[in-house]
Amino acid sequence: MKEIILKPIEQPEVGLMADTIKPDLFAGKDMSEIKSLEIFCGRQRSKLGDFFEVSGQKADDADDIRIIIDGDVPKTKMVGKGTKAGEIVIKGNVGMYAGANMRGGKVVVEGDADSFAGQMMRGGELIIKGNAGDYLGASYRGDWRGMKGGTILVKGNAGSEVGVFMVGGRITIKGNCGPFAGVHMKKGLIIIEGTTPNRAGGEMIGGSIVVMGNTEVLPTFRPEKEEKNVKIDGETLKGTYQIYSGDHAERNAKGALYILR
Amino acid sequence: MGSLIIKNGTVYDPINSINGERMDIHIKDGIIVENAGRRAKKIDCSNKIVMPGGVEIHSHMAGGKVNAGRLLRPEDHVKFVMPKTRLTRSGSGFSIPSTFMTGYLYSKLGYTTGMTAAMVPLTARHTHEELDDIPMIDKGAYTLTDGNWFIMRYLKDGDIEKCAAFTAWLLNATKGLVIKLTNPGGTEAWGWGKNCRSLDDPVPYFDITPKEIIRGLVEVNEILGLPHSVHLHANNLGRLGNYETTVDTFRVPNGIKTDKDRQILHVTHAQFHAYGGDTWKNFESKAEDIAKVVNKSDNAIIDTGNVTLDNTTTMTADGPMEYYLQSLTHLKWVNRDVELETAPGVTPFVYSPKMPTPAIQWAIGLELGLLVKDPWKVLMTTDHPNAGPFTRYPRIIAWLMSRHYREETLEKINEAAGRRSGISSIDREYDFNEIAIVTRAGQAKALGFAEKKGHLGIGADGDVAVYDIDTKNIDPGRDFREIEKGFSATAYTIKEGEILVKDGEIVKVVFGRTYWVNSQIDGKLKEEVLKDIEYDFKRYYSVNLANYPIPEEYLKRPEELKIDATRVGA
Repeated sequence: MKEIILKPIEQPEVGLMADTIKPDLFAGKDMSEIKSLEIFCGRQRSKLGDFFEVSGQKADDADDIRIIIDGDVPKTKMVGKGTKAGEIVIKGNVGMYAGANMRGGKVVVEGDADSFAGQMMRGGELIIKGNAGDYLGASYRGDWRGMKGGTILVKGNAGSEVGVFMVGGRITIKGNCGPFAGVHMKKGLIIIEGTTPNRAGGEMIGGSIVVMGNTEVLPTFRPEKEEKNVKIDGETLKGTYQIYSGDHAERNAKGALYILR
Repeated sequence: MGSLIIKNGTVYDPINSINGERMDIHIKDGIIVENAGRRAKKIDCSNKIVMPGGVEIHSHMAGGKVNAGRLLRPEDHVKFVMPKTRLTRSGSGFSIPSTFMTGYLYSKLGYTTGMTAAMVPLTARHTHEELDDIPMIDKGAYTLTDGNWFIMRYLKDGDIEKCAAFTAWLLNATKGLVIKLTNPGGTEAWGWGKNCRSLDDPVPYFDITPKEIIRGLVEVNEILGLPHSVHLHANNLGRLGNYETTVDTFRVPNGIKTDKDRQILHVTHAQFHAYGGDTWKNFESKAEDIAKVVNKSDNAIIDTGNVTLDNTTTMTADGPMEYYLQSLTHLKWVNRDVELETAPGVTPFVYSPKMPTPAIQWAIGLELGLLVKDPWKVLMTTDHPNAGPFTRYPRIIAWLMSRHYREETLEKINEAAGRRSGISSIDREYDFNEIAIVTRAGQAKALGFAEKKGHLGIGADGDVAVYDIDTKNIDPGRDFREIEKGFSATAYTIKEGEILVKDGEIVKVVFGRTYWVNSQIDGKLKEEVLKDIEYDFKRYYSVNLANYPIPEEYLKRPEELKIDATRVGA
């Protein structure tokens, strides 16, 4: 794999809209061409090179590219938006919408990711080693068809409304997360290894949510059975789980909520 | 206002019986003239189609529910975004474009006039504020009268003169142009959680039937001598087996006469009213039945409401229908009861080509266009954005012009469309002249604007659309993709003699007129009516009677159509 390193120079006060930072667009371009890729600073059109030092090797195939953002970029938004192939590594914190609309490839955030990371994901892999903000793997505002495929792994904690309107794919949170995880879910899997205060799976009609820590189950969920070492998505989860169905506030709800005893 | 000579174009002007002749069009001071003089700017349009500027007869482009739709659907806005340019403002929205963008997009399609199809009287001020923000086209608004308490009361009492006087006052107060009926009676019944499911189903409390409302207002329309006829969204929209209601509806105004050269009833988005079957499993097209009635009728016309197979937003003043639709899709939904007037609703709808129902709906829209023999009686619309956004007009034109294209689409969509409609057996293909009728000439004539709009004769407004289509070297039946492309962006859009769009790019931004109708009635009768409504206004309305009417100065560029109706009640 060929590495292209983006070293943040001076970061602006307002946000950078950096949806041009993705292997698909870097492929076949030499460093000077990459430097002149368009990037919006607030509402001003500017160039990638104004905010990042660019170095590395040119590659023709996106699959063959690893983009490394070498530092903290908390105000750089939409990094890797719509990525189809290749890899992006952010060696620090990143702004909103990291890995949104991803279709393939891999995005790794070594620090924290702000809200809307992995929004409307269709495929690929998003790994956040720190914490994630709100609306992780959620749908675009107003859309009733959210994340459809791919996997998201958060090693820290996540904010509220994880996986809103999820219709496929998998989200794993090693830490805790906020309320309303998997609201309106239709398909897919959310695993919360820590706690979530309440309302997980509100208005869900399908899919599964696993909570290993403490939580409060909505009264519109019905306890179905207890099961040891449940098998889910080709994986066995150890321990005894209380399985609920719901959310019966909706018609024909077939969602499943697994709570570790 | 400019002077311009459009040279050597292939002209289609159905009102003046010009069918593809090569000729020059002269415009001076915004009006079409014999000779614009030697100083006028000349543009060469050889091998290009020249038509009158497009006229849109039914589009939901401004008003309370349009804005509610925008608020409801951020995900629709992210799909289509237009950045700001030196001349134009930014905008967004695929099915419900923002106000400025609506004007730009219409202009790029060659449209110079557009009517917003439903204005709730109480939100007329808002509607006009939005219309004032739609540039590039001349506009007008249809005032909703379907569930108006005063109108229903006068009609129940049989006091047609007072009803006419009140309607004239309402049109004046709201700066409206047309009497619009949406699910007459049904929207008021919706206030009781009910609907009017047939023409004889009485409205609760008011005890008046949809039939009486329609007939009464058609009479009122002719008494007041309004330019357009009653614009009717019939009962039972979108319901299975509703074609029977629609067929009955065409008979309601029988016997009423008009002294104008136009229909006395316009039944809008007929596609939604031509359904057979009693479950969604045997849902089928009844376009043939509707077309038969329209072919026979000499006083009613329709517009199509073509389904374009897109993800769109439905919005109508027909609240119970939106509730029904929402109960099928379980998607988000807005319902809004407007005191004493009507009850609109909004919900998204995805016309998925893979599903049987939308595929059949697509077929019905085209069938109506092709089975009604006289193109003056069937106008092309999508009931924007209900059956699809108006930006799809070029595609509908291509479908109408090419049997080949229809067959190609039929192969891609759900096979139910072929089985449960007659679309595959229709050979007819529109020619350019017929396209000019269903997109501008017929629309202008139906609106009662045929003096000024929809044609290129002397004295008409200098509104012209030039499309880069070489009629000599194109076979629309085969080259349907080029037809679609050719109608997607004009070579020139000219309004009042000024070039607004050149090669698909906006080169000038102007603001069009807002037409409104002022039917002047006898002073004494008007006073009586105002006295009648004063008490109820005080008691039931949330606004004061004095604050209700919109003054003409409020509009950016008002154009009053004065009509003498003082004989009413005299």
